[in-house]
Amino acid sequence: MKWSEMFTSSVGKKVVMALTGIFLILFLIVHVGLNACIWANDGGKMFNAGAHFMGSNIVPRILEIGLFAGFILHIVQGLMLEFQNRSRRKQGYSVAMGNKGSKWYSRSMGILGTLILLFLVVHISDFWLPNRANQGFLLGEEIDLYVKMREVFQTEWVVVLYLVGCISLAWHLLHGFQSAFRTFGVSNKKYLSLINTLGIAFSIIVPLAFALMPLSFYFGWIK
Amino acid sequence: MEHYTMNLTLKVWRQQNGNTPGRFETYQVKNISSEMSFLEMIDVLNEEMIREGKDPIAFDHDCREGICGMCSMYIDGRPHGPWQQNTVCQLHMRAYKDGDTIVIEPWRANAFPVIKDLMVDRSSFDRIIQAGGFISVNTGSPVDANAIPVEKNMADAAFAAAACIGCGACVAACKNSSAMLFLSAKVTHLALLPQGHPERRTRAMNMVAQMDKEGFGACTNTGACEAVCPKGISIENIARLNREYLMAGLTSE
Repeated sequence: MKWSEMFTSSVGKKVVMALTGIFLILFLIVHVGLNACIWANDGGKMFNAGAHFMGSNIVPRILEIGLFAGFILHIVQGLMLEFQNRSRRKQGYSVAMGNKGSKWYSRSMGILGTLILLFLVVHISDFWLPNRANQGFLLGEEIDLYVKMREVFQTEWVVVLYLVGCISLAWHLLHGFQSAFRTFGVSNKKYLSLINTLGIAFSIIVPLAFALMPLSFYFGWIK
Repeated sequence: MEHYTMNLTLKVWRQQNGNTPGRFETYQVKNISSEMSFLEMIDVLNEEMIREGKDPIAFDHDCREGICGMCSMYIDGRPHGPWQQNTVCQLHMRAYKDGDTIVIEPWRANAFPVIKDLMVDRSSFDRIIQAGGFISVNTGSPVDANAIPVEKNMADAAFAAAACIGCGACVAACKNSSAMLFLSAKVTHLALLPQGHPERRTRAMNMVAQMDKEGFGACTNTGACEAVCPKGISIENIARLNREYLMAGLTSE
């Protein structure tokens, strides 16, 4: 079997989703860890030091290209799979099966993912884009991202939008985390229960930490 | 349980053949015994329709004891009706009460085209089996049954997977019309046994390729298939199939 055959079969496409999904989960850990530095409550000194490293060092900047590739692959493949899978039943049922047997969020990965994508567009144009534009998209002078965060999170609807993004991410992860490992072929009960527990913990802790960031600025918990 | 009779309203999908659009027809059935099976209830309705000179409802059935996998009705939003680990033929009318309305639809998936009314063409499953759901053995005198040692746990797990009757409820329940639970049961029961070992790589590759060709969707691990399977086939088999497929893909030429 050629690589091209392997990754374009129905199982192979899911493997691509799982690989990119795990990659993006790893990115979330880096992102949430770095951003948590805002709670040092030192006027953004520690946070900006971290952000400066990520923005001005050539290594994370090269990795950033990989990150974008990962995002694009996950999004495009995800949407294509969603449409392909939906088209497999041209004539639908008049009585839907609903929640008899599956969780609503496991059937809603497409719509949850689309909500996250919409959030992502706003999020990138809030922070990444103005910062990179200031750098001339190379390794130039960065803007003060801590000040920028405080500024962005003063607007009520932006904070609400970020919360919607975080909640969508939580549900998306709740199914995606464990599903990815099933796609990789983890069928042993002892690993599956471990992965389920880990997945639930991850899906609560990481989006909650992200959600607390706009709230911290909006309610003035940090200066 | 006390015996009782009931009158019911049935909304049944009627479709002349695969080329004509179908529609729901409403029927009233009277004096149905609580001890009848669901298919016997349809038999009663059909006999009445034949007496009236009408076209009876076409539906698949064979053994009527829950082991052949022919019956295939999607009843009130669930393949094989409201009971757990059950086939339509083993669904009994005590599940219903007087005055109930029951909606009956065929399996719906592009890979299972409607032949007539509630009958669908499931030969796509046969073609998937033909693609790799077998072991190749030389003919001749049979090998001694104890010549190849099999661990009891493995034999049990293989047997649990082999319980799949190929009814297609997993496809009918899946939002993606995926046949992965069926496929994984067939791959698992051979992959766990030494007899299935030599061909396990090509088996996984060929069966998945055939499944894709037949127009089934991809698995998104929602678990709806496992919930409706009359034989309780576990979704863990799907993870095992994924592993078999990945190992085959990574190690093949």
